Amino acid sequence: MTIAFVLGTSLVGAILLAFIGDRRFAPHVNILCSLVTFAASVVLALEVYNSKSVILWQDLLFVDSFNVFLTVITSFVSFTTALFSHRYMEHERELGKVGHYRMRFYHAMYQLFIFAMLLVLLTNNVGVLWIAMELATLATVLLVSLYRTPSAVEAAWKYFILCGVGIAQALFGTILLYFAAEKVLGAGSNALLWTNLIAVSGSLEPTVLMLAFMFFMVGYGTKVGLAPLHNWLPDAHSEGPTPVSAVLSGLLLNVALYALVRCKALVDGATGTHQAGNIMMGFGILSILVASFSLLRQKDIKRMFAYSSIEHMGIATFAFGLGGPIATYGALLHMMVHSLTKSAIFFTAGNASQMSGSQEMTRIKGLIKGNSPVGWGLMMGVIAITGLPPFGVFASEFLILTATMKDAPYLTPLFLLGLAVAFAALFRKTMPMVFGRPAENQKTIRISHLPVLLHMGMVLALGVYLPSFLNDWFHTAAKLLTVR
Amino acid sequence: MMTAELAARINSILASLILLTAFGLLVQRRIYAMLNIFAWQGLFLSISTALVGYVSNLQHLYVSAFLTLTLKVFVLPYILYYLIVKLNIWREVEEIVNIPSTMLIGILLVILSYHVTTPIREMSVLMTRSTLAVALSTVMLGMLVMIVRKKAVTQIIGFLAMENGLFFAATSATYGMPMVVELGVALDILIAAFIFGIFFFQIRTTFDSLDLGEMEKLKEHD
Repeated sequence: MTIAFVLGTSLVGAILLAFIGDRRFAPHVNILCSLVTFAASVVLALEVYNSKSVILWQDLLFVDSFNVFLTVITSFVSFTTALFSHRYMEHERELGKVGHYRMRFYHAMYQLFIFAMLLVLLTNNVGVLWIAMELATLATVLLVSLYRTPSAVEAAWKYFILCGVGIAQALFGTILLYFAAEKVLGAGSNALLWTNLIAVSGSLEPTVLMLAFMFFMVGYGTKVGLAPLHNWLPDAHSEGPTPVSAVLSGLLLNVALYALVRCKALVDGATGTHQAGNIMMGFGILSILVASFSLLRQKDIKRMFAYSSIEHMGIATFAFGLGGPIATYGALLHMMVHSLTKSAIFFTAGNASQMSGSQEMTRIKGLIKGNSPVGWGLMMGVIAITGLPPFGVFASEFLILTATMKDAPYLTPLFLLGLAVAFAALFRKTMPMVFGRPAENQKTIRISHLPVLLHMGMVLALGVYLPSFLNDWFHTAAKLLTVR
Repeated sequence: MMTAELAARINSILASLILLTAFGLLVQRRIYAMLNIFAWQGLFLSISTALVGYVSNLQHLYVSAFLTLTLKVFVLPYILYYLIVKLNIWREVEEIVNIPSTMLIGILLVILSYHVTTPIREMSVLMTRSTLAVALSTVMLGMLVMIVRKKAVTQIIGFLAMENGLFFAATSATYGMPMVVELGVALDILIAAFIFGIFFFQIRTTFDSLDLGEMEKLKEHD
């Protein structure tokens, strides 16, 4: 029952906000809906944790240890982003960037987007997963073009077309999967349920599943933003409103990776080989390298962190591809800490560009002198995301590195090269922005510091000490994904 | 009563017509004519689905055929027609560079599709198994349309042709996906239609034309 509640709140919220429109309390309703969703997902997580089994809701929705932890992150980050977006969008309004009508649209679509992502995570049906993924894209394209500047419209169009093409490949993969499953499970919706598919994965036709995986890889890989399919991502992240960038980067990429990993587990079960994993490793390492070298030549702050997201998604994909309990554990942890850190970075980057009146990094100066929480927030975020201790990203990257040295030692230099280049690039670009004298025309704006504080606090805590329930959780999820 | 063999033959003819329209979309320069070809493709797809439904005696395929007929033959072409009239571009002609080489790439994609689907063709027992390659070709050709075309409207037609290919693939590989999925996909396409409608106007007002060649701001600068 809780599971339906988790999903229902955001859907009801979307409809409600469409009617409320641009009233003064609309942002509060937005925050409240996200908070209720978050609370419900925590309850759901406790239920799963205590019963230690899969919970079903009428065959349509299901929760196991893998998707429940992503559900909690998704609802948590969407809550803090709603909190952040209140002040941020208020300021954008004062600047005249968005009007009456677009604010209504923004709030309704925000909740619809959250709903679509939760549906991807919780649905038991591979076909419905595809539909929800497409819905998530459709809900966000018009959010990316919210400001209607030429570059925003261009970014949104690119996002719409490239993800449309990508996701069509994933639908072809789904058709192939159904073709194979139908022979074992019979025709009808039953043949598309994760719970059934996992149970019979050993008897599915391996060649067909491998072919299906190729299509899933290209399809969902486009949404994860893996190189060379990543072209839409930096544009969409840099041109949309900052709260949208934060949820796109922190959540949507995770959700797409979730779909890919589920498919991989299924294909591994059918083929019994490591072929699917190898493909993921290839895409992962390529993304790490392409993204880290692209970081060096960025001029726009949000665009730079978008490339950093590609790099980190590459790391997680690479780790899932490696397989094995340690790498999978590391990948799960990495998904979590990246999501928290990157959304915090986008919050501070958004505030910094509001203060400076520009997203260009050369025009952002002396943040610490100007507004120390924003400056330090950005600095801490960059320290965390580049994988320095004591933050959580260090822990996950260290685990993944250990697994790489053990299982694929020949890839270790490439992996380390990517990390080092990204480290150098991010530091070189961030230092002048945070330290030094503030620009003369720097504005003072009202900022809610709570979201960044919450996120960075959690990332720090995760780096120092992993609570036992979380540890158990990751272990069960890793076991779930590595069973052959 | 139609024999299975005759039905399979008719279906093959329909498949080849779908492939022909896919190539037509690739090289037709007039937007209005392209829209017509797209509607024809939808019609062939719908007849083929109904035929498979009749032979295999599966009721849900009729629903799917009806869905295709309304959506792909009437609703979507009508929306697009409305948009191109409203935006006053229905007479427009698009320059396509190097039609022969585009055709050649298209043919290579068809061969690739046949190659990729070979294992499935061998495994399947369905009457429609030989058309799966055509379905994948339609998807690939739709993708090619989106790559070589530079106008927003033509890219969208390519996108929708790709969806046609996917529906066709579902029918030929498995006699259609479960109803929930087909309805959901149809709904997504419909939402997408409204979104690109809004987009056309946004692009038009920000760029003064629907030519995507104008969009060159977001590139990596050195």
